[in-house]
Amino acid sequence: MSSRVTPSQTVGPFFSIGLDTLIRTNLTAGSSATPIEIRGRVLDGDNLPVPDALLEIWQADENGQFPLPLPDGEKDPITFQGFGRIPTSDNGEFSFTTIKPGPIVTADDTLYSPHLQVSLLMRGLLRRLVTRLYFPNEPLNESDPILHLVPFSRRATLVASTILDQPNCFEWNIHLQGPHETVFFEE
Amino acid sequence: MPPLIGYRKYAPGTQPSHLHAPYVSSQKRAPLQALIAIPATPSDLSGPSFSSELVTAHAFDLTKQHHAAPLGERIVVSGRVLDEDGRPVTNSLIEIWQANAAGRYLHKKDQHDAPLDPNFTGAGLTFTDDEGGYRFITIRPGAYPWKNQPNAWRPAHIHFSLFGPAFATRLVTQMYFPGDPLLAFDPIFNSVPDESARQRLISSFDWPTTLPEFCLGFRFDIILRGRNSTPFEAT
Repeated sequence: MSSRVTPSQTVGPFFSIGLDTLIRTNLTAGSSATPIEIRGRVLDGDNLPVPDALLEIWQADENGQFPLPLPDGEKDPITFQGFGRIPTSDNGEFSFTTIKPGPIVTADDTLYSPHLQVSLLMRGLLRRLVTRLYFPNEPLNESDPILHLVPFSRRATLVASTILDQPNCFEWNIHLQGPHETVFFEE
Repeated sequence: MPPLIGYRKYAPGTQPSHLHAPYVSSQKRAPLQALIAIPATPSDLSGPSFSSELVTAHAFDLTKQHHAAPLGERIVVSGRVLDEDGRPVTNSLIEIWQANAAGRYLHKKDQHDAPLDPNFTGAGLTFTDDEGGYRFITIRPGAYPWKNQPNAWRPAHIHFSLFGPAFATRLVTQMYFPGDPLLAFDPIFNSVPDESARQRLISSFDWPTTLPEFCLGFRFDIILRGRNSTPFEAT
């Protein structure tokens, strides 16, 4: 049976008109875990910064639990929501504050290393790009089933870097093309 | 335990390629390396949900967000959001944005020499109801020029952003209008290879939702990915 899914189209250059309401650059509400900051740049095929990109984050809490859907009509959520939406600045930079998610364990004991799901939207992208941010110095990265599907030479594109003297701060750059092209996942 | 049951892969040709050379902006922004296929994980099968407080009284009615009515042809745009198995996608956020009747966006980077309308922002928000239904009242957006190629014009369109039940069901798309002569020349619309998939981006004129003495109705149904029935289904 052929799929009847509605095709994707680009967000175009003016998405802020419609998407600004849900901008969330601080995801920490409802969690008591230590805040961390993640910052970086989005770079195009000429290594130029992308000033009109939008990142969306989806992540588990510090215990590796995903937020449950809100009941219909729910207001004023005080639990961890796990959703971020971050536009890049005129110089292609983004930054957001969140918590480090815990490892995720499924019912069959599959263990996933802590990671953030990332959607990337911008003019020039007819479909979103999906990638993941993993954390440096994380022993579980060695056995993560998804990282294992990524050729070893490209795995580093998914792992953020520590920043000297800033223990709760990570840097992660997204390269759309070029020798350091970030790994993106098929949908 | 069997592997997690994921969402179906998109059928070939029903989605644009990331790189579509006629759409010039894709040339330096689309990834050039092959995307990597992965199995479903808990991070893909869960997804965000949003507080009903986001949606204020006039969020669905773009003609009532200012002191006076915007200029242009008032229209109602409605439809249902379903999954591939025809099940309604309920209580799910929809965000829309669009140009005004003159083809101008309320955005500092829109330099098109057409007037802004002080009574039109061009942004709407709503949640789908228990049957997956949604409804916006707005004005018909104008076509506008862009710089993709000489004398390039975008067909009139409304941008739609949907989440659905999971990270895997996120969709951003554009709704077009029936009979628009610019569709044939638009590299964004024509980035979808499959003809019937492309036609699903075009709304239809709709008598049942046309409001007598008030405005025409257009119908735009949206289909999000459905779940596989077994973990091993490829499409």
